[in-house]
Amino acid sequence: MQYLLLIYEDEKASNSMSEAAQGQLFQDYMKFTADIKASGHWLAGEALQPISTATSVRVRDGKSLTTDGPFAETREQLGGFYMVEAKDLDEAMSIAARIPTAKTGTIEVRPIMAFG
Amino acid sequence: MQTWPPDLVPIYRDQIGRIVATLIRTLGDFDLAEEIAHDAFIAAMEQWPARGTPENPAGWLVQTARHKAIDEVRRRQNLRKKLREEEIVAAIETSFAPPDEEATLEDDRLRLMFTCCHPAIALDAQVALTLRTIGGLTTEEIARAFLVPAATMGQRIVRAKAKIAGAKIPYRVPPIELLPERASAVLAVIYLVFTEGYAATEGDDLIRHELCAEAIRLARLVRALLPSTSEAVGLLALLLLTDARRAARTSETGDVVLLEDQDRSRWDKAEIDEGLTLVVDALRASAGAPGAYAVQAAIAACHARAADPKDTDWRQIVGLYAVLLRIHPSPVIALNQAVAVAMAFGPEQGLAALEPLEKSGDLERYHLFHSAKADLLRRLGRFSAAREAYARAIEVVGSEPERRFLAARLAAVEEAWKRS
Repeated sequence: MQYLLLIYEDEKASNSMSEAAQGQLFQDYMKFTADIKASGHWLAGEALQPISTATSVRVRDGKSLTTDGPFAETREQLGGFYMVEAKDLDEAMSIAARIPTAKTGTIEVRPIMAFG
Repeated sequence: MQTWPPDLVPIYRDQIGRIVATLIRTLGDFDLAEEIAHDAFIAAMEQWPARGTPENPAGWLVQTARHKAIDEVRRRQNLRKKLREEEIVAAIETSFAPPDEEATLEDDRLRLMFTCCHPAIALDAQVALTLRTIGGLTTEEIARAFLVPAATMGQRIVRAKAKIAGAKIPYRVPPIELLPERASAVLAVIYLVFTEGYAATEGDDLIRHELCAEAIRLARLVRALLPSTSEAVGLLALLLLTDARRAARTSETGDVVLLEDQDRSRWDKAEIDEGLTLVVDALRASAGAPGAYAVQAAIAACHARAADPKDTDWRQIVGLYAVLLRIHPSPVIALNQAVAVAMAFGPEQGLAALEPLEKSGDLERYHLFHSAKADLLRRLGRFSAAREAYARAIEVVGSEPERRFLAARLAAVEEAWKRS
């Protein structure tokens, strides 16, 4: 079973982190990623650029509407994701809990739809 | 269900959960499992009146469900043209252990309970799903008990089942590192089912009684399955000792009867005896660190042991509330402790214990705070202040029987005040 682990965090808070803390966080992510690759759970994973780079596109009545900024203005923003293979929700939840940002932000665990 | 032969109803209540649980394990499908289990009961309904109730009704139902499950799997296999039928039939044959292998069946129910009470499911849906699949209550009965439309309750259950299947919530007893957290979720659901049936003053009385009975049944089950978990034992003790007072806690006119005014001869002796034994077991199993249910049960036991209100060991109750406050710091528990202090050491001491609570303002809108204060002032003969406190309690009270009770107290204090 595949799950997408969506990493939400308060971008303002992470921008105001000290350089040392940012360095530590980066190290933690490197280690976590290496761990879930070694254990065979990792399928994909990326960090996203800040929401200041986001653009939202909607097409209505054939007309394209483009707005600056993310889809929704929320306190926490999507900052990255992992896609993992896990045997059930409990395993996916325990992997999510090990993502470094779980301590400060929120990890949304979404099962991937299987067709056919 | 009204058309069922009467001897089938208790068997249904007792067996539906375990048959559904075993079918879910084998078939991996909640809806199909429920459908087949119900088919087995319908078969019983059709055949028993003519042929007579079988000698072992539970065994008959399990057998029938097994055959129906095999038929269903065979039908599905034909549709999918896969040739693993023998394997699946073999799995069903072995999973429906003969009735003497009770342990497997009980494990299935425990697994199902942990699935229904998984933290990824919303609490109200956990409660509904547990009552539906393990308790065998209909969606309509659950809806009536929780005062929501049947369609809303149905939606809630459907959504929860879809989440179990879609997100693949496991069907298992959690591993040891998750067990304390997950077991406490199961116990919390049972406690909620009970308080919903016991505390609320509106709704269908019969259904509410049914909820309490169901909670006790589920608590018995969990206690039997996790006998060394102190809180599982403590919860069962608490529910029994509380339920024992049911008949005495409302008057014939539906008014509230306070603990000290209750006719203790109407308390259920059998429930009290069982509860008292279980409290000791729970405290023993807690290895010196009892949880909230065990401590609440110990408090209920202090009341249950007193044949007359004046025999109540209030000093011990004060101490138990102190333990409970350490586990769960809460202004309502502090209020209960203050009342116990007043009973143990006098109303003056009780008022002193209420003071920090009054300053915090946490209970400003809680009628029991004001009525407790009023009662202590009344006992000290400070009728004018008692009058004000009763008036404030009446301003914030929610339920009608309680309002009537407070109004009567206010009138009595006003009478005393005029005379003084």
